[in-house]
Amino acid sequence: MSRSDTAPATRPAAGAARPAGGLAGRAAGRLAGGAVRVFLVVAALFWLLPTLGLLISSLVAPADLNEGGWWQVFGAPSRLTAENYERLLANETITGSLLNTFAIAVPATLLVLALGAFAGYAFAWLEFPGRDWLFLVVVGLLVVPVQVALIPVSELFGTIGLFETTAGVVLFHTAFGLPFAVFLLRNFFAEIPRELLEAARLDGAGELRLFTRVVLPLGGPAIASLGIFQFLWVWNDMLVALVFADSAHPPITVALQQQVRQFGNNIDVLAPGAFLSMVVPLVVFFAFQRQFVTGVMAGAVK
Amino acid sequence: MTASAAHGPSAEARRRRLVAAAFLLPALVLLGALVVQPIGYSLYRSFFDRSGDVFVGGDNYREIFADDGIRTALKNTAVWVVLAPATATALGLIFAVLTERVRWGTAFKLLVFMPMAISMLAAGIIFRLVYDHDPGRGVANAVWVGVHDTFAQSSAFPKARPGRDSPLTDAGGGAFVTREPVRAGVPVLLPLVGVAPETLPGGTRTAGTAAAVPGEVTGTVWQDFTRGGGGATNVVDPSEQGFAGMRIEAVRDGRVVDTATARADGTFTLSAKADGALLRLPAVNFREAYGGVQWLGPALVTPAVIGAYVWMWAGFAMVLIGAGLAAVPRELLEAARVDGANEWQVFRRITVPLLAPLLAVVLVTLVINVMKIFDLVFVIAPGAVQDDANVLALQLYRTSFGTDADPGLGSAIAVLLLVLVIPVMLVNIRRLRKEGAR
Repeated sequence: MSRSDTAPATRPAAGAARPAGGLAGRAAGRLAGGAVRVFLVVAALFWLLPTLGLLISSLVAPADLNEGGWWQVFGAPSRLTAENYERLLANETITGSLLNTFAIAVPATLLVLALGAFAGYAFAWLEFPGRDWLFLVVVGLLVVPVQVALIPVSELFGTIGLFETTAGVVLFHTAFGLPFAVFLLRNFFAEIPRELLEAARLDGAGELRLFTRVVLPLGGPAIASLGIFQFLWVWNDMLVALVFADSAHPPITVALQQQVRQFGNNIDVLAPGAFLSMVVPLVVFFAFQRQFVTGVMAGAVK
Repeated sequence: MTASAAHGPSAEARRRRLVAAAFLLPALVLLGALVVQPIGYSLYRSFFDRSGDVFVGGDNYREIFADDGIRTALKNTAVWVVLAPATATALGLIFAVLTERVRWGTAFKLLVFMPMAISMLAAGIIFRLVYDHDPGRGVANAVWVGVHDTFAQSSAFPKARPGRDSPLTDAGGGAFVTREPVRAGVPVLLPLVGVAPETLPGGTRTAGTAAAVPGEVTGTVWQDFTRGGGGATNVVDPSEQGFAGMRIEAVRDGRVVDTATARADGTFTLSAKADGALLRLPAVNFREAYGGVQWLGPALVTPAVIGAYVWMWAGFAMVLIGAGLAAVPRELLEAARVDGANEWQVFRRITVPLLAPLLAVVLVTLVINVMKIFDLVFVIAPGAVQDDANVLALQLYRTSFGTDADPGLGSAIAVLLLVLVIPVMLVNIRRLRKEGAR
């Protein structure tokens, strides 16, 4: 309301004020604009160069790496080669670890989506005693650091035979992804108009049918955001895998971490390896930017 | 909603509860077993020793504050909490405001937000390379050394020194000085040894003997060493090289009275003012080539890793603040501008106060995030300085799973970590309750 009232009033005034500022004012404005541009260009370089450096290093043969910094490649583009990547892709430890990462991230994402959606629906639309109280507990669990569970869960997994198994890692990630999933989906599902659900109920739909036919389709955007967020989270995890993953079949983060100790002598492995681990997250990021941003923003308010 | 429950559980209500339980159970079982139970177990375990058999009371907690290593971790975590969230939020705010003024703002945002998508391991490897000490490899030191060498010339003779029976002696601080005062008209010999021939500066020529010039102090500074032997000590032999560019000062009573720079053949000329003075070769001639900053040394490793963190998370702050900024009514800013406020005043007096609640949320989120920081420190800090870069979460990992694991102490650290985030947990719950009441 206020927007439509005041906007027309200010516009002519602003137009009138500008010439009054005079040439000096306009020059100062242009100078400030130039300073802003310079500052942002410098900042952009700060954000670009680190990644670019590793990318170029990953494309230089190990022998040439000692010839000078990666930035000197701009003077000698012939040094660029895909050799490191070819060698890396022939390395079964690395390619295997990439598959292990998939084997962890995909089920951990699907499980969180499924269990989170079930619980979110229950918290949003089913009636049972202690519902609000239980939901507050789940919200409280949002900030529990994974570190708190490392020792207890490794002992628990030890007794039930899940320690150093992919299933164990998947369950751990699912459990720690659930509070956020339940929180996000419950809030989203709660926005669904009651009439829609009532109408379906009157048509004789059971809760399961209601859930799959009405709630899930309407919850699509939230589920997509959550899925992307959780997938990237699990894909990028190192700590949980370091503790719980099968050391003979580690995900890519752990496989590369083991190489970091000799940093300096193995940039030809580490640089392309890091990029290989980044390909999937970056593809997901660029393909689903909007959903990812939504997920991150929802997560921030947790 | 409680109408049926009030009349006692009818069959319908019981059925509904069963359905609710079926929907909830899988999630609650996992949460209970892997999140809630561990909290209780950690608390319990933290009162027992390494083996888990002996009750030790609060000893593990006392150990946290007594152990030097853990104290460093606590201190560093505090440094992280103070520096990292504030820096990332401030940069995010600046970026969010400024990108609104350029046409390529969206591309810039994409670039700065991109690191959010990659793992801390990948970011760690990226920054390990950035911070590499070798200026021929790490871009941080390459730039630093480049800037440094532009303003402070590096020396050409880092290893040069007087040989046996030299007329020169150590003057302290890396400089050398003649034992005897020099006289005008008597050529001075300043022999040095120790410079590898291939490291001599370009344009160096065979050393020449300075001519005696009345009223002037002349001399030669050169490499008093003949390859393959045969040269005489303190004599300019035919195949010996001059130290081109060497700086020479004439010092009398501690004051520099004249200076000269050696020519390509190592000869130099000073005015009559140098008569009776001592000749000094200042330390600037012998300084080691500048190697840059030890980014990942014990002193700077924490700020360096924080830099990498800010690189990763400033985009997060920027995107959240950008969304808040889009909701700020434009008329408000425009009205202030019409009233004569400049851009800084608009930013300071209107934008920031309007965004304050959002800035607080971003800051708190980052603080929680930073308390749990592990991967970046683990990957970027080289093994030798991990003790200096230590943070709570890293200490917890090392205590709990190293070769010398102590699950009791590890659990105590875990409980401490949990206690640190509990205030945020309570704020979340209260906010939700308020929303529910609305």
